[in-house]
Amino acid sequence: MLKILIGQIKQYKRDTILTPLFMVGEVLMEVMIPFITARIIDRGITAGSMENIVRYGGLMVVMAFASLFFGVMSGRCAASASTGFACNLRETMYEKIQTFSFSNIDRFSTAGLVTRLTTDVTNLQNAFQMIIRIAVRAPLTLVTSVVMCLIISPRISLIFLVAVVVLAIVIVVIMKTAMSLFRATFDKYDSLNESVQENVTGIRVVKAFVREDYENNRFNTAAENLYKMFVKAESIVVANFPIMMCIVNGCILAISWFGARMITSGTLTTGNLTSLFSYVMSVLMSLMMLSMIFVMITMSTASAERIAEVLTEVPDIQNPENPVMEVKDGEIEFRETCFAYAGVEDTNGNGIGDETLDHISLKIRSGETVGIIGPTGCGKTTLVSLISRLYDVSWGSVLVGGRDVREYDVKVLRDAVSVVLQKNELFSGTILDNLRWGNENATLEECQEVCRLACADEFISEMPDGYETRIEQGGNNVSGGQKQRLCIARALLKKPKILILDDSTSACDTATDAKIREAFATRIPNTTKLIIAQRISSVQNADRIIVMEEGRVVGFDTHENLLKTNEIYSEIYETQTKGGGDFDEPGAN
Amino acid sequence: MPGPNRGRQFGGQKIEHPFPVLKRVLGYMMRDYAPRFVIVVICILLSAYCSIRGTLFLRTLIDDYITPMTQQANPDFGPLAAAIGKMAGIYAIGIASSYCYNRLMVNISQGTMLRLRKELFNHMETLPIRYFDTHAHGDIMSVYTNDIDTLRQLIGNTIPQLINSSITVVMTFVSMVMLDVPLTIVTCLMIVVMMFAAMKLGGKAGTFFVKQQKDLGAVNGYIEEMMTGQKVVKIFNHEEKAMEQFRELNEQLRDSANQANKFANILMPVNGNLGHISYVLCAVIGGILAITGRLGLTIGTLVSFLTLNKNFTMPVTQISQQFNAIIMAMAGADRVFKIIDEESETDEGYVELVNVKEAEDGTLTETEERTGKWAWRHPHQADGTVTYRKLEGRVTFNDVDFGYTPEKMVLHNISMYAEPGQKIAFVGSTGAGKTTITNLINRFYDIQDGKIRYDEININKIKKADLRRSLGMVLQDTHLFTGTVMDNIRFGRLDATDEECIAAAKLANAHSFIHRLPEGYETMLTGDGANLSQGQRQLIAIARAAVADPPVLILDEATSSIDTRTESMVQKGMDSLMSGRTTFVIAHRLSTVRNSDCIMVLEKGRIIERGTHDQLIAEKGKYYQLYTGNQITA
Repeated sequence: MLKILIGQIKQYKRDTILTPLFMVGEVLMEVMIPFITARIIDRGITAGSMENIVRYGGLMVVMAFASLFFGVMSGRCAASASTGFACNLRETMYEKIQTFSFSNIDRFSTAGLVTRLTTDVTNLQNAFQMIIRIAVRAPLTLVTSVVMCLIISPRISLIFLVAVVVLAIVIVVIMKTAMSLFRATFDKYDSLNESVQENVTGIRVVKAFVREDYENNRFNTAAENLYKMFVKAESIVVANFPIMMCIVNGCILAISWFGARMITSGTLTTGNLTSLFSYVMSVLMSLMMLSMIFVMITMSTASAERIAEVLTEVPDIQNPENPVMEVKDGEIEFRETCFAYAGVEDTNGNGIGDETLDHISLKIRSGETVGIIGPTGCGKTTLVSLISRLYDVSWGSVLVGGRDVREYDVKVLRDAVSVVLQKNELFSGTILDNLRWGNENATLEECQEVCRLACADEFISEMPDGYETRIEQGGNNVSGGQKQRLCIARALLKKPKILILDDSTSACDTATDAKIREAFATRIPNTTKLIIAQRISSVQNADRIIVMEEGRVVGFDTHENLLKTNEIYSEIYETQTKGGGDFDEPGAN
Repeated sequence: MPGPNRGRQFGGQKIEHPFPVLKRVLGYMMRDYAPRFVIVVICILLSAYCSIRGTLFLRTLIDDYITPMTQQANPDFGPLAAAIGKMAGIYAIGIASSYCYNRLMVNISQGTMLRLRKELFNHMETLPIRYFDTHAHGDIMSVYTNDIDTLRQLIGNTIPQLINSSITVVMTFVSMVMLDVPLTIVTCLMIVVMMFAAMKLGGKAGTFFVKQQKDLGAVNGYIEEMMTGQKVVKIFNHEEKAMEQFRELNEQLRDSANQANKFANILMPVNGNLGHISYVLCAVIGGILAITGRLGLTIGTLVSFLTLNKNFTMPVTQISQQFNAIIMAMAGADRVFKIIDEESETDEGYVELVNVKEAEDGTLTETEERTGKWAWRHPHQADGTVTYRKLEGRVTFNDVDFGYTPEKMVLHNISMYAEPGQKIAFVGSTGAGKTTITNLINRFYDIQDGKIRYDEININKIKKADLRRSLGMVLQDTHLFTGTVMDNIRFGRLDATDEECIAAAKLANAHSFIHRLPEGYETMLTGDGANLSQGQRQLIAIARAAVADPPVLILDEATSSIDTRTESMVQKGMDSLMSGRTTFVIAHRLSTVRNSDCIMVLEKGRIIERGTHDQLIAEKGKYYQLYTGNQITA
């Protein structure tokens, strides 16, 4: 994991290395300064030598400037290195996600990917900066301070060394205990916030059932528990400082005592004693910093792991070695096709996503219009997803234009197979921008043409800015039916050999639905069209209809034949025409 | 103790009056913790005093003990030991008081947070639906996560540190003045330079932090949009194009983050080394003074002064750094208080729902026990009498007008009568006002004109809680809560037994799938029931309404996510749920609407047609058109 993350430093390697190097300079200067101060006091002030005071004072100013230079440079490099590292992380992850197949995306979930790209990266950026700045600085200060003490007086330093070891152990123990407490606390904190989230989004339910008091009680209890946990965890951390102070002050007192004895016996100077005190302080500071790093690293490990997960994920759909670059025609064939969503069942065996396909064999001619019908969860969407290789089959094969889909270049295949997804998305930008997803170089006329086909032209021209009307994020300023028609138009712009509509007209009224289907039949007769629908009226005019149930094809024939022979189909037909049917948005404007 | 960085936001907005906000935050802290806070301040004083005594100890040590002792042939270490002993005592007091105030602050800061959190949440629960309509949910959430967190930092760290720093600055200053005036002047001059540098650099860093936040927002927004549409990106082979735009935004973020961090990083070394220069200046000037013996400066004094010099510059740097934190926390506190100050849903109702016993002659007497019979207790203000009216579920609308804003009415002249047990259906396109009508019955919104009566009582007179208790709702968007399936069903009626919940689930046809869940009714649901399908969630929502057993039901697209075959099964449950209750139904499917006692066809906020299915078909109006639209291609 560490290797992968370090690999992301890339062009910021120079800054990453320079930061601690500059830091070394800064630390050296800082450590030297008390040493020089001792000289000023001993050889200058005590000796009464003005010359020495000026000499050492000048030296100290030079060192302060040098230290300033090093400090500023390392600060600059650290900023550049850490933000660059974060930038690279985001970019690499984003790039990686672009190569993900649908099942890769499903595995992480969209929300999971968003957090990884945002919060987790920010956490790592902070940790990274901390590490390159302080992880070098703190131990270095510690070591040099100790060394300086040894130079001044090895005997006194002994006291010191013992204290440092004790202190280090105490800090680690306290932090370790506190960390595990904190982790538990933050988990609780997250779930508290989750329950707030539920209340915000579900406020209508809370109010409709008059459950305000109930929710308040629940929240208050949870908040009080959180309070107790926080207090417990923080109380431990709070103990850290006094313990540290005890040891450090003990050191100072011991140094005072032994120092005094040594001075009177002439083995130590007054100046040196002052320096010793400064070094005690820097040791304390560096130990505190070390404990902070310790916390920071533990906190960011989780983020690092989650990011590494994305970076190491193997995209399960990859281009073949010598890909076929052309799709001959829109013929589709399923041969003994089986499919199961990997891993979905075992993570939470709640029976969602049980959409498996079970030995499906059928052949659709190029240019044919085929309807697919069946209850939710019977595998309709899965079936069509295999055609454009959004998922790979588990067993058997899917053929398009007479060749296995796995032989094609993925791009070529997806250009030839246009899918209008059930849950379709528009992106922020103008309507025209959105349409041109289908074909970047499409002219306005071409765009208008496909919009007429998808019955979208009319409402677009009624909009204030026509084709230049801006779509908000998620397409929230157009109605469901309008959105669906725009998505169909976008898919048509690709001029695909196969067009798949996955319940794509559900929000359009029946008349529009019929008009779109008629346009398909007359204007793009050579395109193979697959239409998934809930409404029987949407599919009954298709050349043939696939009836699915529980992952199996239970009927594949014309409307008339199915009515006669297929029990399920005629049952659906019955319920929908006798007291069935939908009231849908008329015109949806 | 740094928590994990929770992406705090500053949004770049400035609050106009930071001081009243600060006062209010302190007020919250003081309300419960005033005595403890006094102890905290005393402890901080003590510990600051002790730490200064600690630094001054060095002078005493050198001047009063060591220097004289070096002159003695046979030094007596007794007094030194006594002095060290005394010092140990002072250190001990310092450490004890510093532990004491830190420990107290844990309770104070967390306790204040608890108070704020509770108040915030409990107040939020009282806010009208309108508030949630007009405020982005993400923004409300960020108050709980980011803003409360910055406040925790403020109360827990910034305030004690600020007090400590200020006290240290003052005490150090006094000590410095007492030690040597000229050197103090030199130090103060350097402090001015440092403050200037801090302000300049801090200001630069601040500007870029705001820009960074904006760029971060842009990147987050882009990522969020693209990740939700990632499947579309793949279908359209749009990967490279998406990458390009991302690179651009990402580079912008890198640049502003780099600038912001750069200036923030530089601040410390600049101030630290200015501190060193200040130190050298004092050493040189002090050295000259000490050697020439002018102004009575001793070596010991100089040594102590130099330590004080260091102690002086450190808290000054700290204070200048804390300033940013305070501004940010105030912006957060401002947003917290904005919610707390938001006006609650008002309830001027006085008619209550009570349990009654019905005598043979039909008179109703109020009772404490659960009788399963309910009545409206209606005190009349005019003559002080109280009348009881049986809860039946009759709902009437009289010329109701409504608009979410007064300028734009969305419902016009709505009149309708629902007798107890009747089924009323609303049909029409999205935005016609179907859901809005149902939201008026339970007073999620108040009407502008006209009257709505429930059992002949104007609903404005009924206590909102009692009104809503008498209405069962299954909403368009199903929301479930973290908890077991059983908990979620029981949400409808808190005192329902397990058996009653299971019976309700059976009624809603949810029992069979719940039974198949790994732990049946005890299966935990998380994240709004993310582990269930949309249809299953709707079934639980129906069961939840069923267990509440209300006389009036509102079903808003309750079965829209259930496929036609499953629906026909659920339909039975729904029918038994609806029997004997006044039901308002909004539905797409004809099967749900067809057998209604009355169907209202809505268009643009008006009822344009009404009647039974057969009547409306015969009328050959809009309903006919909608209905036969199915047959266009047949």
